[in-house]
Amino acid sequence: MGQRSAMQPSTLELAHNARVALDDVQLQRALAGLPGGLVAQRAAARDRLPEFEALREVGRDIRNHALAHLDLYLEAYESNAAAAGAVVHWAETPREANDIILRLCREAGARLVAKGKSMISEEIGLNAHLEAAGLEIVETDLGEYILQIRHETPSHIIAPAIHLTQEQVEADFRRQHAHLPTDRRLVEPAELVGEARAVLREKFLAADVGITGANFLVAETGSSIIVTNEGNGDLSQSLPRMHIVIASIDKVVPTLEDVTTLLRLLARSATGQEITSYTTFSTGPRRPSDEDGPASYHVVLLDNGRAELLGTELREVLRCIRCGACMNHCPVYNAIGGHAYGWVYPGPIGAVLTPALIGVEQGGNLASASTFCGRCESVCPMKIPLPKLMRHWREAEFDAGGGKRGFRAGLAAWAYLARRPRLYHLLARFAAAGLGALGRRRGAFSWLPLAGGWTRHRDLPAPQGRTFQQLWSERERGVS
Amino acid sequence: MTSRTAILAHVRASLGISPRTDPRGATVAARLADRPRHLIPERAAKPRTALLAQFRDFLRAQPADVIEAASNEAVPEAIAEALRAADLPPRVRMGRDPVLAAMPWERAASLERRFGPAEPADEVGLSRALAGVSETGTLVLASGADNPVTLAFLPPVHVVVVAEADIVGCYEDAFAIVRKSFGARQMPRTLNLVSGPSRTADIGGRIVIGAHGPRRLVVVIVGEPAPPGA
Repeated sequence: MGQRSAMQPSTLELAHNARVALDDVQLQRALAGLPGGLVAQRAAARDRLPEFEALREVGRDIRNHALAHLDLYLEAYESNAAAAGAVVHWAETPREANDIILRLCREAGARLVAKGKSMISEEIGLNAHLEAAGLEIVETDLGEYILQIRHETPSHIIAPAIHLTQEQVEADFRRQHAHLPTDRRLVEPAELVGEARAVLREKFLAADVGITGANFLVAETGSSIIVTNEGNGDLSQSLPRMHIVIASIDKVVPTLEDVTTLLRLLARSATGQEITSYTTFSTGPRRPSDEDGPASYHVVLLDNGRAELLGTELREVLRCIRCGACMNHCPVYNAIGGHAYGWVYPGPIGAVLTPALIGVEQGGNLASASTFCGRCESVCPMKIPLPKLMRHWREAEFDAGGGKRGFRAGLAAWAYLARRPRLYHLLARFAAAGLGALGRRRGAFSWLPLAGGWTRHRDLPAPQGRTFQQLWSERERGVS
Repeated sequence: MTSRTAILAHVRASLGISPRTDPRGATVAARLADRPRHLIPERAAKPRTALLAQFRDFLRAQPADVIEAASNEAVPEAIAEALRAADLPPRVRMGRDPVLAAMPWERAASLERRFGPAEPADEVGLSRALAGVSETGTLVLASGADNPVTLAFLPPVHVVVVAEADIVGCYEDAFAIVRKSFGARQMPRTLNLVSGPSRTADIGGRIVIGAHGPRRLVVVIVGEPAPPGA
């Protein structure tokens, strides 16, 4: 699970992955910090900004506008970026994007590549592609670096190593940094950070190419934007002689005024910060009079299914600004972590995006990793109706023949009844009366056929004898 | 067909647009030309004194060190004093910013200045911010020979000079200053919004100040000259 070299999804093993995750003591310890951490911090940031809820509506409208004019804004972006000296490349598929980036690295005579955090690079399996060609890739975001030396993938889109405890990281550093004294102190998080800083500094200075993602592209100015806290992305893109940006086509927004609204929502939704330490707008390569910065600047625009998605009822998912709030607030994600989802994007956004990108046969089942409690939608800064979109995939997966035979038969039986309300009410009445009589003494069942999934962990309260429909119609008639 | 053509055609097909009868061009042109402002938080529209106080409060919370200088003439000594107080060597790396260059550096004779982009051994980078943004305590830095971008990220300490007169309420006002300095649709190679020292929470979810960028951010706020006759 979570091997960086293998981008093969393990989405179909969701149930198994979840069971393993629930029994993983370290993982459960690591996840326990979420409610008091990112969730509480977001709530505090929202409360400090009275306009927050109103901004969500504005943000949603900006993204809808950008997507409805996506082709035109992409053309404007390209033209303004090129005017500033950027070279813009277009890639329909991951393979094409990987090939372009490898070619650029070769043109730069690169041996060492410093990488900022980029989920798109995970999506296309960029590291494996470049490594297979003999390049050394160093992830410089601290969380990503830890995962790279563990040969794992991110389990969260903004806090990639959230599944790990400090003790695990210490063990990794002692193993990986074997050249350092074995008796050194690595007790405080600051000591671990300091060690990574020293090790990675050498890499920043030696790197030939820097690769970053982009949180946004600005059509007005032809700029790409990264939103970070560590400063690694800025070092990655300022010190090497070539800067390559990999971004999906949905990242473009019209103007700087549009970006500011999204920036006011992004950090607050993600980490509860007012704004991150660094928001960097990059436009073209270094100017003739500049004394630092990259000599060349390339942007690779990746489609990988997004243009197709734009024409479907899932279009709203393209508004996503990758803050991670949906997963932080998801009871299922909080219980099983990100790796159990089996591909690049976990949590509610992953359940919607994954089947769209790798196919319903592979990813359609992720929508079952939801209680449909709706918390994700209620915190999404872009107001994406995630439960509605997950419901779409549940239906699509069923139509495509997904799910186990017993589950499909049960669902078909239920559908048969649901379409015949009289029969449904009659049977419900029998069931409620029967179970009510059977369970009258204890008031609950510790075991019931077909309900083992529930009763293994808790009792099922016995019905009181009449159905909701019965009680309702009696109430309507004024009977008590 | 190139990938560019294919992607754009695919987008248009998904949107149900026929290029020949596309009515959207005017909308997009107007949006890019007019750049309408959206909802701006009220905290960005406070009276001037409250705006300046808010800027300082957000900086301190990040946490940044806030140093006051009464005027440009007082900046060199203020920086020398700040470095001394923090037990740092009296040496800064800086660009050719004309405003910084015009300051009376002879008043801080012990302070050594080196010029050009940051080098690995530099301990203190010195930049001048184009603007400050009160709504989040954000510094706006434009890269170039005046203020090389590496000064803001490579040295462990970053000192930023910002004039009180350049502190505005919201990001939009700061972009107006950028457009005035560089021209409409023009940008420096990097425009850096800096809001605190570098930090990470990637180890056990606990915030550590000082990740890959500066461990310490020192902001020197230069007071507004008193109005004549005051």
